[in-house]
Amino acid sequence: MHELAVTENILNIAIRNAENARATRVTDINLVIGALSSIVDDSVQFYWDMLSQDTICAGSKLHFQRLPARIVCQDCHTEYEIQEELRTCPSCDSYRVRFVQGEEFFLESIEIEK
Amino acid sequence: MSSEKVTVVEKIMDANDQVALTNRRILDQAGVFSLNIMASPGAGKTSVILQTIKALAPEIRIGVIEGDTAPVTIDADKVIAAGMPALQINTAGSCHLDAVMLSRGLESFPLSDIDLLIVENVGNLICPASFKLGTHANVVIASIPEGDDKPYKYPTIYRGLDVLIMNKIDLLPYIRFNKEYFLKGIEMLNPGLTTFQVSCETGEGIAEWAEWLRARVKEQKAK
Repeated sequence: MHELAVTENILNIAIRNAENARATRVTDINLVIGALSSIVDDSVQFYWDMLSQDTICAGSKLHFQRLPARIVCQDCHTEYEIQEELRTCPSCDSYRVRFVQGEEFFLESIEIEK
Repeated sequence: MSSEKVTVVEKIMDANDQVALTNRRILDQAGVFSLNIMASPGAGKTSVILQTIKALAPEIRIGVIEGDTAPVTIDADKVIAAGMPALQINTAGSCHLDAVMLSRGLESFPLSDIDLLIVENVGNLICPASFKLGTHANVVIASIPEGDDKPYKYPTIYRGLDVLIMNKIDLLPYIRFNKEYFLKGIEMLNPGLTTFQVSCETGEGIAEWAEWLRARVKEQKAK
């Protein structure tokens, strides 16, 4: 949800970093999004196409790297991924678990021309 | 003309988080302990706040900031009727409070007159999870009639919590609610989460919650 606000944030971060690097234009935006961060890629792309016009990011491509939710069992140390529903350890059925991946939501890098 | 990859590694929610940090500093400087109370509509946010006021005031001075999407003052009025200062934020249709809205609210709030600030977020189990406010503790109120599968269906909000209050426990005899299933989900998402089981209707469990708050307010004052 809030794809418009999210897209505005991405644009602001990208423009600032592009200007700091003295870019003439931005060609690619690399995003890292964990499975637990609920963002609809298509909606971000839609807003991006609108908002980035007339900016240094005009015409740039968004890349969404999705990271799965990874969990480590605290009892048997099995590491497993959850695609859909939260579940107990597939090896020992323990519910004493820790999340080690899945909540990422950041702009990793931009590709620019100078 | 050359191409270059520029490493950024900035969180997309950073702008909000920075304002949240400023809010926290303001609250710390004022010696005020603060809560962000979130829940589905009707779970009991306002009821818990009123019970908290009943249990702790006037020993602890409490202020409340209310967030609602509709231009109502229903909740703020109840708090004022209970004798505490309340500020109503109308989010103008936004489904959650964010750090900027809270910072504006803090500007006009008499922080030097209170020990505890309770922010009642918009009734919503999804969106508030993404917007840190800068309060010291995130609290969700899960009411028994909502069902025992909510941690599984709304994992994000349960992960970001510091306290869980299970409300309406007086209805347990009448509702199919598997406490073990519910608590297992909580344990997977947020191991060791401080949890209170209460009924705002009967008053059961409120004293334990109040005691926890009393201790936090005391710690905050001592800093």
